[in-house]
Amino acid sequence: MRLGRFLCSCLLLTSTPLVQAGEWSGYVALEGRAFTQEALFPEQNYRVNLSLSAQPEYFHKWDNGKQSFTFVPFVRYDQHDSRRSHADIRELTWLKAGKDYEWRLGVRKLFWGVTEAQHLVDIINQTDLIENLDGEEKLGQPMANLALIRDWGTLDLFVLPGFRDRTFPGAKGRLRSAIPVATDRAQFESSQGRNHVDLAARWSRTLGDFDFGVAHFSGTSREPRLVLALDGGGNPVLIPYYDLINQTSLDLQATKGSWLWKLEAISRAGQPGGRYTAMTGGFEYTVVGVLDTQTDVGLLAEYLFDDRGQAATTPYDDDVFVGMRLSFNDAQSSEALVGAIVDRQTYAKALSIEASRRFGQQWKLSLEARFFSHIPEKDQTLFGVRSDDYIQLEMARHF
Amino acid sequence: MMKKCVLLLSLCALVPLVSLAETPEEKGLAIAQEADRRDLGWGDSTNDMLMILRNKQGEESTRTIRNQSLEVQSDGDKGLGLFDDPADVKGTVQLTYSHKQGPDDQWLYLPALKRVKRIAAEDKSGSFMGSEFAYEDISSQEVEKYTYKYLRDEVLNGQDCFVIERYPVAEYSGYKRQVVWLDKAEYRVQKTEYYDRKDSLLKTLTFRGYVKYLDKYWRPTEMFMENHQTGKSTLLKWSNYKFRVGLTDTDFTQESLKRTR
Repeated sequence: MRLGRFLCSCLLLTSTPLVQAGEWSGYVALEGRAFTQEALFPEQNYRVNLSLSAQPEYFHKWDNGKQSFTFVPFVRYDQHDSRRSHADIRELTWLKAGKDYEWRLGVRKLFWGVTEAQHLVDIINQTDLIENLDGEEKLGQPMANLALIRDWGTLDLFVLPGFRDRTFPGAKGRLRSAIPVATDRAQFESSQGRNHVDLAARWSRTLGDFDFGVAHFSGTSREPRLVLALDGGGNPVLIPYYDLINQTSLDLQATKGSWLWKLEAISRAGQPGGRYTAMTGGFEYTVVGVLDTQTDVGLLAEYLFDDRGQAATTPYDDDVFVGMRLSFNDAQSSEALVGAIVDRQTYAKALSIEASRRFGQQWKLSLEARFFSHIPEKDQTLFGVRSDDYIQLEMARHF
Repeated sequence: MMKKCVLLLSLCALVPLVSLAETPEEKGLAIAQEADRRDLGWGDSTNDMLMILRNKQGEESTRTIRNQSLEVQSDGDKGLGLFDDPADVKGTVQLTYSHKQGPDDQWLYLPALKRVKRIAAEDKSGSFMGSEFAYEDISSQEVEKYTYKYLRDEVLNGQDCFVIERYPVAEYSGYKRQVVWLDKAEYRVQKTEYYDRKDSLLKTLTFRGYVKYLDKYWRPTEMFMENHQTGKSTLLKWSNYKFRVGLTDTDFTQESLKRTR
């Protein structure tokens, strides 16, 4: 309801004369997912799922480009999972750029980090997990952000009011945990619940071949612990519990010729088991124009570590990622990324294929496929998806 | 006696222009330096670029990019390219710090993920946006990026031209050599032939419709690249050139990469 009123006032705002010179862009996409195996749970009695999504974008700048307004709503309708039918404001931001500072107020999405296999350091925005298991889709985060751009680098300061709950698939959704997550029963360590104001700061700098960022976040964890409970009918459910945490992080990339060396590391305190450390590190090596073609091949390898071991809340405690990126450099911008993550102790494997190609000037076809094998029962995050191997095609119309 | 003096005097007058003992290498370098010198001082500029890709069957696809450039006195120039079309890459921005020596620095902003990626820029032989232009063909053409040799004088399309050969310094260039035609009147590049690593003719680039800005700086309105080995071609059309619009270093940072549209 509040969202609806907000959207209405935004649409009104965009039609006022002040911002009339703005422009609309965006996309509408139809997604089809085919699961290669029968579902594990009776509620998920389907092999094919269709879904329609749209993300229009309004942008207006004035003051010689020093000020701008951006509005990006997102909406999805899903055939089977009513929870995946959802809407969000990805961005609703006013920006003012000065000579050595930038102010941003509103709802925004941003990204920190360098690695490919997982994004440990990227903490500001909540994951829209129901969108994609890879965690790369994010919910808009309300914030006030001041960036100081100086000789010694850029210092970003954030005040983050308004917590966003992580999204999870409903009982009918595939790619869910074995026990469904009761998102409406979320609990918070902070007595203020979702109204707790989080704080963050990041210093980033480029020095020659090195790009790095050091950040600290203090507030409600974006990653909930999932606590077993019973619903009204006596069935087991998982309740998300959001701790108050302090997380310090480093992200670093060294660009040495055709080699990119990458490292992300975090140290987090505030969750049961005490302070822990996790890291992802590796390289991407690119060969331009292989075998006298226009195709570039990137070879990727990363190691994923979490010192909580098997008690980690992510599946990546001692895992190796290897991947290959193909950029065909053709008129259709065809590209593909194939990757596999293997747990060195349990041999749990996840294989991922992502590819895309443009048709004409405005259509884009994307392929995504994920396959899971040897997922152990104690792997809370992936055990429920062990029979949810899928191949997905998405056709998007950009405008 | 008088005649001899006149001859000597006129020879002396020629000396600053073309040294008598000049080797072809020195003369080639001098021509490149003169072309560079004549383009000094433009400051900063913006323009719109339309790129038309055509394959062997004659099918076309287009890209539009808005460019911002900043002249850097002691090093290579800085550039920001904003992609407007095709619609699926709209909002993508590329930031380049070119260097006189060593590989350029390059960052790419991917709007879907809000992610800034530093990309490997040492090997620039790869295609730019699927076109027949390699990154090294359209990046800032610094004198130090090549060694030179003067070949001959030749008339091209009715214009007296120097023909020089240049050899990329970078180990990862896609070319063994390039042959460049510059008109003697204004030292503008009229044509470039690109020879691949096996020294066979790969591409020809022709420059058309030079326009003079700020009463000094020549810019082409079209650049046409033809690939002789694949039959594909790319036409770049430049428009809306503006100079000294007030761009500074702060418009070419990773922060500006995230906000410029």
